Amino acid sequence: MDLAFFGVQLLNGLQYGLLLFLIASGLTLIFGIMGIINLAHGAMYMIGAYLVWDLTLRLGNFWLAILIAIPVAVALGLIIERLFLDTLYKRDHLYQVLLTFGLILVLNEAQRIIWGGDVHSVPVPAPFDASLQLTDNLQYSVYRLFVMGVCLALAGVIYWVIRHTRLGIIIRAGAVNRDMVEGLGINVRTLFTLIFSVGVALTAFAGMIAAPLTSIAPGMGDSILITCFVVVVIGGIGSIKGAFWGAILIGMATTFGSVLIPSLASMVIYLIMAAVLLVKPRGLFA
Amino acid sequence: MLHTYPKRVMAIMLALTAIVATFPLWGEAVFGGQADFILEKITLMLILALFAMSLDLLVGVVGLVSLGHALFFGLGAYTLALASPEFSPASLWWMLPLVMLVAAVAALVVGMLVIRTKGIFFIMTTLAFGQMLYYFISTSQFAGGTDGVFIMFRPSLTLGETALLDLDNPYTFFYFCLGLLVAGYLFLRWLTRSYFGQVLDGIHDNEHRMQALGYATAGYKLVAFVIAGVMAAIAGMLAAMQYGFANPAQLGWHTSGEVLMMLILGGMGTIFGPILGAFAYEILLFVYEHATTHWPILMGLTIIAAVLVLPRGIAGVIIAPPWRRRASAYEPAADEATPGKPATQGEEG
Repeated sequence: MDLAFFGVQLLNGLQYGLLLFLIASGLTLIFGIMGIINLAHGAMYMIGAYLVWDLTLRLGNFWLAILIAIPVAVALGLIIERLFLDTLYKRDHLYQVLLTFGLILVLNEAQRIIWGGDVHSVPVPAPFDASLQLTDNLQYSVYRLFVMGVCLALAGVIYWVIRHTRLGIIIRAGAVNRDMVEGLGINVRTLFTLIFSVGVALTAFAGMIAAPLTSIAPGMGDSILITCFVVVVIGGIGSIKGAFWGAILIGMATTFGSVLIPSLASMVIYLIMAAVLLVKPRGLFA
Repeated sequence: MLHTYPKRVMAIMLALTAIVATFPLWGEAVFGGQADFILEKITLMLILALFAMSLDLLVGVVGLVSLGHALFFGLGAYTLALASPEFSPASLWWMLPLVMLVAAVAALVVGMLVIRTKGIFFIMTTLAFGQMLYYFISTSQFAGGTDGVFIMFRPSLTLGETALLDLDNPYTFFYFCLGLLVAGYLFLRWLTRSYFGQVLDGIHDNEHRMQALGYATAGYKLVAFVIAGVMAAIAGMLAAMQYGFANPAQLGWHTSGEVLMMLILGGMGTIFGPILGAFAYEILLFVYEHATTHWPILMGLTIIAAVLVLPRGIAGVIIAPPWRRRASAYEPAADEATPGKPATQGEEG
């Protein structure tokens, strides 16, 4: 493996990891603050991708499609939280697992009804539809660099909100002791709705910007969900920092795993998880 | 869990067993030419009931919510498929112990890792390990990849030269599965009433207190995990015999979700509930599949409704019918009826 090829893989791993972070951060926020395990999180990623594909086709503009799709995703999160999750906060994880599993079946099938079972793709939008010429026969997509930039910027925003704002203080306090936060007069009910909608919007947004990079297919949310579970377990549940480093680690491991040891590539991330569980059962950053 | 049930539970279960067991007698009269097909369906329900029951030991009895139980189900199926000779039937005398051994070793390895985690971590890690095997199998050449493996011959059960049971005969196989289900039920009833089961009960109610009393709770949980895994693998082996193939879908997390669904539909922590749940789920599935090609929507909504309206499942209704709940001793508050404790942040955050 020469240096340029190595560099490209490094960038690919970083880009995939950063995308995973967007999805996993929503997952870990929703669990950390609300105590809800949301299996339907992956389905939201899929819906984000399909929404953008559909809207791009109708409007002819990828950026406009994203602009419209984001409020739709937020609204969907709001509806789900108010309609279903509201009754589950005081109940065991088992019921959350089952209810959100039911939601997956409903959302996956709704996707089939609305958009059908075909595989689609979205063209890489201008002005990023170019490639950088790295060496004679190696190129790198500008759009991938753009995705990285957006993910990093969002990671920065999340970090800033959690570290330096009043809302962030409430979120951090809520992750430690929800009852106490409520006792101090914070409207936890509203906070939960906000967190869930933001979490859903983050994963749907990840699906949107990933749309030009992946094939948009039924069930695409399922595999990403499980990968994100691995990320969250490695990083420590409820920890944004953990989600970030966990996502980068898994992104790199997936990319290099499929290049270096293709026969075991599908297992690598689980082996890493097993290793982490052996050493730190609560995750690296918990 | 509850150790003594109202008499009607026993009466209902015996009556249902009798109805199912005599199906070969009345099936043809009621279903006519469809009888063979219905018999196959019922056989599958018996197998899934065994599978769901094994999960109840973890979820209902110990309070460990596993979302990767299909790992062992699929492992049982694949062990049978891969260990069977291609042109002759395997002998059940060594196939059954082999399946149990493979599952026990796998459950021990996975269990040692996942038992270290609690609550939501346990759910996520069991799911992840289940998917690990799923991806491994579905990308492996030796296991037929995504196509799975066909099983040309069902294992035979012979003593010397004489066949004890002809498992190729659908009726014999039906009674064989029924027998294993009843045996599994009696075993779990015995286990949960034993000293070991009482410790599991204690772990379910308050693990810290059990540790303070000097019990090495991790060991107890691990043994329960292995027992549940072995039972699930036996069910998986039976399913592979029934279908005639092992398929990655049997390992996938949708199967884990479905069996959890059977458990909640039937009523967890009751051992007999999951049997009812498996039958109810399969009947619903059959009805929905015939009603619309978009049946997953109906199934999804059913799951959601069951969680919201019927958290204790069919068994809960039988044990404490809503119309006479006051007369029943089965009166835990809604929160306490669930395994483990309600999610508290301090514990896991």
